Amino acid sequence: MPNMSPEKIAMPEQEPNKRNKNFFEVALGYTEEMAIEEAQRCLQCKHKPCVEGCPVNVKIPEFIKLVAEGKFKEAYVKIKETNSLPAICGRVCPQESQCERFCVRGKKGEPVAIGRLERFVADWYIKNIDSKSDVPKKNNKKVAIIGSGPASLTCAGDLANIGYDVTIFEAFHVPGGVLVYGIPEFRLPKDIVKKEIDSLKEIGVQIKTNMVIGKVFSLDELIEEGYDAIFVGSGAGLPKFMGIPGENLNGVYSSNEFLTRVNLMKAYKFPEYDTPVYVGKNVAVVGGGNVAMDAARSSKRLGAENVYIIYRRSEAEMPARLEEVHHAKEEGIIFKFLENPTKIIGTDDGWIKGIECTEMELGKPDESGRRKPIAKEGSEHIIDVNSVIIAIGQGPNPLISSNTKDLETKKWGGIIIDENTGATSKEGVFAGGDIVTGAATVILAMGAGKKAAEAIDDYIKNK
Amino acid sequence: MFKIVKKKKLNTQVKLMEIEAPHIAKKAEPGQFIIFRIRENSERVPLTIADFDRKKGTVTIIFQEVGKSTKELGTLNEGDNLLDFVGPLGVASDLGNVKKVAVVGGGLGTAIAYPQAKKLHSLGAEVHTVAGFRNKDLIILEDELKAVSNKLIIATDDGSNGTKGFVTDVLKNLIEEGNQYDLVIAIGPLIMMKFVSELTKQYNIKTIVSMNSIMIDGTGMCGGCRVTVGGETKFACIDGPDFDGHKIDFDEAMRRQGMYKKLETTATSKHKCKLGGDENA
Ligand SMILES: Cc1cc2nc3c(=O)[nH]c(=O)nc-3n(C[C@H](O)[C@H](O)[C@H](O)COP(=O)(O)OP(=O)(O)OC[C@H]3O[C@@H](n4cnc5c(N)ncnc54)[C@H](O)[C@@H]3O)c2cc1C
Ligand SMILES: Cc1cc2nc3c(=O)[nH]c(=O)nc-3n(C[C@H](O)[C@H](O)[C@H](O)COP(=O)(O)OP(=O)(O)OC[C@H]3O[C@@H](n4cnc5c(N)ncnc54)[C@H](O)[C@@H]3O)c2cc1C
Ligand code: SF4
Ligand code: SF4
Ligand code: FES
Repeated sequence: MPNMSPEKIAMPEQEPNKRNKNFFEVALGYTEEMAIEEAQRCLQCKHKPCVEGCPVNVKIPEFIKLVAEGKFKEAYVKIKETNSLPAICGRVCPQESQCERFCVRGKKGEPVAIGRLERFVADWYIKNIDSKSDVPKKNNKKVAIIGSGPASLTCAGDLANIGYDVTIFEAFHVPGGVLVYGIPEFRLPKDIVKKEIDSLKEIGVQIKTNMVIGKVFSLDELIEEGYDAIFVGSGAGLPKFMGIPGENLNGVYSSNEFLTRVNLMKAYKFPEYDTPVYVGKNVAVVGGGNVAMDAARSSKRLGAENVYIIYRRSEAEMPARLEEVHHAKEEGIIFKFLENPTKIIGTDDGWIKGIECTEMELGKPDESGRRKPIAKEGSEHIIDVNSVIIAIGQGPNPLISSNTKDLETKKWGGIIIDENTGATSKEGVFAGGDIVTGAATVILAMGAGKKAAEAIDDYIKNK
Repeated sequence: MFKIVKKKKLNTQVKLMEIEAPHIAKKAEPGQFIIFRIRENSERVPLTIADFDRKKGTVTIIFQEVGKSTKELGTLNEGDNLLDFVGPLGVASDLGNVKKVAVVGGGLGTAIAYPQAKKLHSLGAEVHTVAGFRNKDLIILEDELKAVSNKLIIATDDGSNGTKGFVTDVLKNLIEEGNQYDLVIAIGPLIMMKFVSELTKQYNIKTIVSMNSIMIDGTGMCGGCRVTVGGETKFACIDGPDFDGHKIDFDEAMRRQGMYKKLETTATSKHKCKLGGDENA
């Protein structure tokens, strides 16, 4: 008999007022009992609508059935058939707009907690199974992978598993892409990312950090060195600014800089770690996505008293994951919807003292289908803040395309690919993830890495 | 790991190191820089590639010990290793078609300007070098500069060696004497680059300065190194570090440089207090 409770089993979490002062993970994960009980809410629908919602088609009812039977190891194997990073996806996928959105249980009450179950299974496996993978038999073909975000990690794993000699080149001193420099520890512990990367190393993937491709090697030089194909997964690492007065005052950060200081360089442990970060008493974060939530919640944890999220549309349009918005509110983040910054105001010595905003109202839907915000005349007002973090999106990192003549890009910088294969205009070079789509999601980047791995295998076999 | 193969003290605050980094040495050009990290908890710190040896596979850095990271680097010795060393970053200086150039270095900036002077000299340009230091004990690279300059003028603020006065005065004299430069390269403290740029603007001489903004990634990802150039926002790490001195908003750059002053003092004093017990820690 399925469990007919209309609600998901609640996720154990750190208390909001405690967790907004530390960087430990917020959500603590299900126990075995909780997972089994939640798994019993799944109706095992024959037509599997949930699977359609998952970009990598995780075999959802199958793995959930195994969880309900207490067969956690088998459940893990089932998930891994299509998703190589379940501990990460279970934590950061926007489930409400993907798998869980289509769950029939969601029609009356809450959908099955697919993400939480996926996370449970992956965590259980990491904790209980001491798995050592063997290095697959080599086919003596070499593939170079640029960047080490989720697109690259997936592509590398898939290729190494079928015998390729895979080398990842990463610009930073640590691999992981946004998973390590962007998403904070309290949402995605870095140990988990490290474990996933270690398991790639086990199957023979080589990782070369401190390698800025386009500077130290060009794509052509990699090909000359004997790589049979290249995958570019260099991500959306180009910060956007608003172009309003005062953006270069001291105390204005791009979200990329702020989060890199905090996460990658561990400024939250300053001065134990050497990299500083400046957080004012009052902080304004501009934007409404996951990045804005991460910046706001990090600021609070670093001691800011009042943290405002300034978003120009209404709550319904916010692109952030539901859970993050909910957590941010619990932690005391103040949301200012329908407001748009027009000016950052500074002191005489160049530090921020306030941000001027205009009130907005929503007009007709624009190209994105969201209602377009329009400024209300004469509604300018000033919010007193000492730091501003701009989290209005990132563009594709231009470093590789600007150093590679024959790699075609769209006007806004995204690399142009064949949708079915990930092949670019340059022979032997494939691309995927945020460098192609612009800032998107972990799971879409993984899907692109997977598709490209298949195409690269085809390409090399037929070369 | 990146091995320190040579260490030399140039003056009381400035040291030179040669680091084993063959793939960087192979690609490096004047005007480019590296970012290093000493150990796990360290900052990422940018330093100019002061020289390189493609055959030996080494990159030379020259640094002034101003804060925690550079002081710590100074304590390392030949045979020690750096955890991270990434480069070559930034755009190489555009040095083609220059017949006569004035290279103006202020203090440590002299070291940053040296590879440009060397390259221009090898390309056959007439190189006049003006190097300014606060006093004679701080003079660095005198022999190296002499070897690549048709004229070398060393100035000290206090007149303890060479010409007394600021590099701007020396440059002004050279120009007034009738030297027709088609390029001035000015590298040093922001305030010095600002005054050199103001001077050369009066004579309408193209001027390149090197913007040493505070950086993290060095790949155009964070925007922390942004400078305003001709009213536009540019990133020093990927659009520079060289820029047209006549277009830079120096006053803004000077304010941004001071952003972490207070916090950096915390890091340094905590470092010291292990011995002393300073309550700033
Ligand atoms: C703060 C933040 C929070 C987010 N939260 C979520 C979330 O909750 N859920 C979700 O699904 N998505 C989230 N996203 C989006 C998601 O992280 C990205 O869509 C995803 O990481 C893109 O993966 P990628 O592999 O394309 O590139 P990235 O993860 O961006 O990795 C690219 C890597 O390439 C490296 N690189 C770049 N240029 C070079 C070069 N020239 N040479 C060598 N290496 C290079 C970079 O250093 C980087 O490590 C978030 C993003 C951010 C910034
Ligand atoms: C492209 C580039 C090339 C550079 N080349 C050289 C070089 O060849 N040799 C060299 O000695 N230095 C160079 N610098 C400057 C060097 O990076 C800084 O001196 C260094 O970051 C200071 O680190 P620290 O931890 O020792 O001092 P900190 O404790 O971080 O700072 C000490 C003081 O220096 C100031 N400061 C911090 N960062 C910078 C900076 N980027 N520039 C100037 N002042 C800063 C701080 O505000 C503080 O007052 C370069 C910088 C850039 C961006
Ligand atoms: S990968 Fe993401 S979308 Fe797919 S089932 Fe797991 S949580 Fe849902
Ligand atoms: S739609 Fe929901 S209830 Fe149906 S199989 Fe999928 S998870 Fe289970
Ligand atoms: S240092 Fe980050 S963009 Fe230049």
